[in-house]
Amino acid sequence: MLGERDSLRDTGRESSINTGRVLLAGLLVTALMVGLVARYYSLQITNYEQFLTESDRNRVRLEPIPPTRGLIMDRKGRLLATNKPSHRLSIVIERADDIDRLLDRLGELIVIELEDLARFESRRHRRRPYEPVPLKLQLTDTEQAIIAVNRHDLPGVTIEAQLTRYYPHGDLLSHVVGYVGRINEREAARIDAANYSGTLHIGKVGLERRYEAILHGQVGYQNVEANAHGRVLRVLDKQPPKDGAILRLHLDLDLQRAAYDALGEQRGAVVAMDPRTGGVLALVSNPGFDSNLFVNGISSRDYAALRDSPDTPLLNRAVQGQYPPGSTVKPMLGLAGLKLGLVTPESTVPDPGWYRIPGDSRRYRDWILRIRGTGHAPEVDLKMAIAESCDVYYYDLARRMGIDRLAQSLKPYGFGEKTGIDITSEKAGILPNREWKRGYLGQPWYPGETLSAGIGQGYMLATPVQLAQATMVLANRGTSRVPSLVRRIDNQPVGFLLRKPLTASEKDWSAVIAGMMDVVHSRRGTARAIGKGASYTIAGKTGTSQVIGIAQDAVYDEDAIAERHRNHGLFVAFAPVDDPEIVVAVLAENGGGSSAAYPVARKVMDAWFGGIADG
Amino acid sequence: MADYERSLPGSERDFSRRKTVLQFLHIDAYLLIPLLALVAGGLVVLYSASNEHVDTVMRQVRNFVIGFIVMLAAAQIGIETYRRWAVVFYAMGLMLLVAVPFFGVGAKGAQRWLDLSVIRFQPSEIMKLAMPLMIAWWFSRYTIPPRPLPLIGSLLLVALPAGLIVIQPDLGTSLLVAASGLFVIFMAGISWLYIGGAVALFVASAWPAWLFLLKDYQKQRILTLLDPESDKLGAGWNIIQSKTAIGSGGWNGKGWLEGTQSHLDFLPESQTDFIIAVLAEEFGLQGVLALLGVYLLLVLRGFWIGLHAQSAFGRLLAGAITLTFFVYIFVNMGMVAGILPVVGVPLPLISFGGTSVVTLMLGFGVLMAISTERRIIVQ
Repeated sequence: MLGERDSLRDTGRESSINTGRVLLAGLLVTALMVGLVARYYSLQITNYEQFLTESDRNRVRLEPIPPTRGLIMDRKGRLLATNKPSHRLSIVIERADDIDRLLDRLGELIVIELEDLARFESRRHRRRPYEPVPLKLQLTDTEQAIIAVNRHDLPGVTIEAQLTRYYPHGDLLSHVVGYVGRINEREAARIDAANYSGTLHIGKVGLERRYEAILHGQVGYQNVEANAHGRVLRVLDKQPPKDGAILRLHLDLDLQRAAYDALGEQRGAVVAMDPRTGGVLALVSNPGFDSNLFVNGISSRDYAALRDSPDTPLLNRAVQGQYPPGSTVKPMLGLAGLKLGLVTPESTVPDPGWYRIPGDSRRYRDWILRIRGTGHAPEVDLKMAIAESCDVYYYDLARRMGIDRLAQSLKPYGFGEKTGIDITSEKAGILPNREWKRGYLGQPWYPGETLSAGIGQGYMLATPVQLAQATMVLANRGTSRVPSLVRRIDNQPVGFLLRKPLTASEKDWSAVIAGMMDVVHSRRGTARAIGKGASYTIAGKTGTSQVIGIAQDAVYDEDAIAERHRNHGLFVAFAPVDDPEIVVAVLAENGGGSSAAYPVARKVMDAWFGGIADG
Repeated sequence: MADYERSLPGSERDFSRRKTVLQFLHIDAYLLIPLLALVAGGLVVLYSASNEHVDTVMRQVRNFVIGFIVMLAAAQIGIETYRRWAVVFYAMGLMLLVAVPFFGVGAKGAQRWLDLSVIRFQPSEIMKLAMPLMIAWWFSRYTIPPRPLPLIGSLLLVALPAGLIVIQPDLGTSLLVAASGLFVIFMAGISWLYIGGAVALFVASAWPAWLFLLKDYQKQRILTLLDPESDKLGAGWNIIQSKTAIGSGGWNGKGWLEGTQSHLDFLPESQTDFIIAVLAEEFGLQGVLALLGVYLLLVLRGFWIGLHAQSAFGRLLAGAITLTFFVYIFVNMGMVAGILPVVGVPLPLISFGGTSVVTLMLGFGVLMAISTERRIIVQ
């Protein structure tokens, strides 16, 4: 059958058909080959540049090198904020055989908080398997040792060292230096993402925030070759970062500590300044807190404790706390009275212990009435009014001056506006006048309120740093400077900012300052207690600021009022009187009176003149 | 007969000049030399593609040794023997394909492998050679060009194994196996009317096939081909990375062992299906052209053997084997360069893998057997 068919074949025709088809196939193959070559030509020659760029972009990755944060030092070069290597325990997932078992084992060896575990779990899925995932930050030496000893039993566990911000004097300087913390979403939206690409922390408050740009520095970069899994194989080139600058402060660590210790348990604030420069020598707000708690994320328990404490340790009383300045404004108003010709150094006011606005039955009491049952003296002059803090004298002066002139005369001292100190969150206080009251309260100004303003009560509010600045104007006899914390940035001096000076005749200045000197150095001065044994002259002024209004003629009984409702004690001073080197403002919150404040100022000044100034 | 007589004098001079061992061993030097060049070049590329893994290269050397032995053995067998055993070979392949769904081993969601404990292999690979043998045998029994009835018979013979492979599922291999049979039909000289009709039918069936036949991952491959950027990290990744590797090679290439795409693991399957991208990246368009040149030599020699084969069976078989070989090249290089969908086709004799090497060398052995047949008769 088969053979028969074969024999019928026309082999010649078959062969020519085959030749035709082979040629056709050859053509087809050639055409497709040309197509392939065209495609490879298009990829490799026509679009070569594009694909070369693509392949470089694949393999070369730009990695940020974060700059080292600038240090903060006091005037003598002692570190207030530094970077210290800290060790954290991380787990490289791909090297651990069984994560759950590993975590259990670690939990047996060292304390691992639930918060750490939760953070680990959430981070774990965002990292690549060869990247270490942090589990516990800031290992103690003991913990490090425990991990080291058990290393063989903990596959995948690594201990990484990195630089972490550290504040050697956490509580002491928390309100000056502030702290850094993890960059949050709001900050991330604000900052230059490129410059912060390798940075985890940012200044949150205080100098850390105010000088963030300077302290942070400029990020560096390195080009690294990485494989498809992202593992870095080698560094191709590198542009080193520019580290943050060093901040050198006017502040003196010893004086700061002296002020802090002088306050002791007393809530309050101390601001010490050099009137010749405006440099802040000490700035204390008590209580403080440990700045270090915030650096790597404060635990919610610790934060709640700080936030909910009745002592409000997070409040920087020195710049954020606003208190009625009380009698501390009396020298300034006295000067205003002299300048306006309303009083002379010799003119007197009769003082029965109370004052009455003509045509008004209300009696405005002098503080001394409660103690002596009478006034300071039958006739009180300016010097005595300052030295003994006579309210009646100032009721009279304020009434004659009127609120608008009164407010106007206090303006050059910086009340009612921020001093411009180089720290965050400063408050402006309030310097009230008719306009202010109408604007804020929608009410007319009452004559009685002018009397309150005359003794620094009522609506007027000032921060301790404003009081220090105002006192500096008195010490300098008119020259006003912006309080500044930073003295040098990387050895470049920071210029002093001058404010518009206050002008008055030498005679007027001397009259007021003589009164202030009597506050401390006269027999009946309100702060005579600190005049004893002082090796230098002090000019000061006490103040008491009322926390709650005392009803007319009500008996003022300090003990009956809850501690939180006790008056604030205030004291401002400068020394030496002839050539002032230091200005101090003290606030003793609920201290009862100025006696809680002036000993603090004396201790600060003693410390300053006792060797710190020369050091 | 006239054709052979005309070509006789030149051929005879060839033989007389090279009366060598090669001829005694039935080896065609014009196939052998390009093959050796491919093997050498392939090992060089593989060394780089495997990240300088000597072990992989040695395993491939072993594959080539086996491949050459198989080729040598296949070349010794007379062409008439192939013709006689074609049916048995085909039937065996068919049986194994039927067995796959019942005894097969799965990999990547498809059952394609048979594990015979000694050797694990894909029966579909057998079909790559059994198919053209079978169809060539079929037409050797009829007149050429085929009449309608034998033609329908041949189409059924093509469809049966192709269908069995489709359901594994392995659409790519199925198409290649079917192609190897269809090439025989093409070489047998069927009318252009049929070819045109088939093409029309194929185009017409594309839409229903898309709706009902293709699996999701197959559709995905086609969509990815059209727009690889649509799925950059998923299915498009391979194509984007392979195109990047090829393109970044330029004219000169980045140099041997210097290809970043492959050495830094951006290129997937760099030792197997995507190895051409490694070659293109490291040796540039020069390397690609050199490779295509060697392939072209093999293809031209295959056609030459087909042209000068003694029997219709030999002519059909040689043409089909050669075309199939070229289709592997075209499909592989086309898919890596992003002009064809990704199907699992290795680059002949360059990609790592034993099965592919052995199957291809078997094909070249058969080609040598065909070329030898002619010479023996001439002598």
